Amino acid sequence: MQAPQSVQPAHREANHHRVHKLKGKAVDLLYALFRYALVIGISFIIIYPLLMKFSIAFKDKADIYNPTIYMIPVHYTMDNIRMAMQILDYFPLLGNTLLFVVVTTVLTTASCALAGYGFARFSFPGSNILFALVILTLLVPTSTLMVPMYLHFRSFDIMGIIHLFTGRSGINLLNTYWPSMITSATAIGLKAGLFIYIFRQFFKGMPKEIEEAALIDGAGGVKTFLRIMLPNAVSPMITVILFCFVWQYNDTFFTSLFMSEIALMPTKVSSLAAQANALLPGLLGVGGGSGVKADPNHVAMIIDTGILLAILPLITLYMVVQRYFVESVERSGIIG
Amino acid sequence: MRGSKLSLNHKRSWLGVAFITPWLLGFVFMFAAPLIQSVKFSFSKLNVDPSGFTLEWVGWSNFNNALFVDATFNRVLTESVRDMVLNVPMILFFSLFSATLLNQKFRGRVLARAIFFLPVILASNAISAAEASGLINLVGDATAVNELGQSGSQYNVMSMVMILSDIGLPLSFVDYIVDAILRIYEIITSSGVQILIFLAALQSVPGAMYEVAKIEGATAYESFWKITFPLVSPLILTNVIYTIIDSFTGSKVTQMIFTTAFTTQNFGLSAAMSWIYTLIISIVLIIVGYFLSKRVHYN
Repeated sequence: MQAPQSVQPAHREANHHRVHKLKGKAVDLLYALFRYALVIGISFIIIYPLLMKFSIAFKDKADIYNPTIYMIPVHYTMDNIRMAMQILDYFPLLGNTLLFVVVTTVLTTASCALAGYGFARFSFPGSNILFALVILTLLVPTSTLMVPMYLHFRSFDIMGIIHLFTGRSGINLLNTYWPSMITSATAIGLKAGLFIYIFRQFFKGMPKEIEEAALIDGAGGVKTFLRIMLPNAVSPMITVILFCFVWQYNDTFFTSLFMSEIALMPTKVSSLAAQANALLPGLLGVGGGSGVKADPNHVAMIIDTGILLAILPLITLYMVVQRYFVESVERSGIIG
Repeated sequence: MRGSKLSLNHKRSWLGVAFITPWLLGFVFMFAAPLIQSVKFSFSKLNVDPSGFTLEWVGWSNFNNALFVDATFNRVLTESVRDMVLNVPMILFFSLFSATLLNQKFRGRVLARAIFFLPVILASNAISAAEASGLINLVGDATAVNELGQSGSQYNVMSMVMILSDIGLPLSFVDYIVDAILRIYEIITSSGVQILIFLAALQSVPGAMYEVAKIEGATAYESFWKITFPLVSPLILTNVIYTIIDSFTGSKVTQMIFTTAFTTQNFGLSAAMSWIYTLIISIVLIIVGYFLSKRVHYN
């Protein structure tokens, strides 16, 4: 009698354990399902507009008024893409924009890396105050500086030098690439304070011994920076380059302020609707004139296609680099 | 040689100054000077002529005009500050929530992350402007009506309001939640960078801590509030500041300041408006910074 009595509780214990384990598994499974539902739901909200644009880009005019069509068109066509490309003047525009964005990105990254290194590794009188001013440049709304900057570039002159030599009151730099070039080369452009901050945090985290070793080996400060610090700073560089590229590409504020007459992607896209309205009848071959008005649904289709064309380069870039994206942000030391 | 007479430390500090020179030049000529000019403009009437501009001192009248004479500035300002104050907690909550979600291990995580950060790339004022004008084109025709009908039948907000208020939640809170749900797209698309920052913070939390907590018998809920939350809390301040900065470019006030300057050509008034805006933003930032930095856990 003794033996079964001791077996019974042990058996019950095991049973209890099994039930507990089963319960745990069920909860885990439910949680996993819940998580998938959430992730898929949110992802759908994010990519839905994109999917819609893809569907519209290939949709034929004939399908506009067919209410049974959802997403997948019945008649396929490349007309929308061709027309949107014609209205945007796509390839010259894209080349122009990419050149502009690449140059400003390179300049911004270079100047911000220099400043970040300077703030991270050297102590000179007032360096902390100056770094506080870097943060200040981020916090002041851009609209505060808008008018003075505009007037400044309208008659650009540094301390009266140009006035001294030519007698004119400065050069008009509006509607040239110079305003953006100058602001990016001097690390004061679009959210440059953030980039300086990222570089500073990263360089601060690097071991000091590396520099000391380089110094003993006879490398100067500039050489140390170029040969040793910069090649190690790949992750903050990727972060900064990506963000800078994307923000420059999408920026309407500074482009419409300084370069409203230069054909760049953001300004062109924001005026796409008016352009499409005006040019569509001509492209369809029904002739221009004030009496002719394009079908608003068709115009909307062209606009959607145009937007898709505008963001396509960014999406392509993102697909290539997105693997490095999160990793580089993790390693770049934003989180100090 | 004079250079060799400088001590090493001295040399180092001059080198440091050399490194920050580009920024310093930019700061002085492209930031500090315009900032001071902007203050001057806000107290003057500015006349643009072909060779430059002339200033005429008018005292506080620009500020007076902006606050008490201009018909819409007050409304636009309060609206956009209110929107900002309402959006910040929602974006914070959503981004922390998504970051925790994306930090867990599940199949397809890489794809989910790629999609969640897509808004960082697609958040563009140009695109939203084009989309808005596309919609204006559509209003008043068949598809628009169809779409409006569809969106009406998609989800009935009223029923949810009823349920929530039946539970006994205060009406203002119910309003807030319903508002959040209706603006879910806006919130999701503006929290890309914030998710990225939180995710980076979450990844830096040592895994051993969770193991210890698990051995000690803590539930996932407890370990979130006792481990994860305190360790990512310093980033909450960063994210609040980032969200506020991010709201500048798209805000209606910025647009209004822009049109006042370049369409109405009233530069003085626009400078005054922008200074009022800056002042209010800095007050908000100081209040938020004060309260958060008292509660934040720094390691």
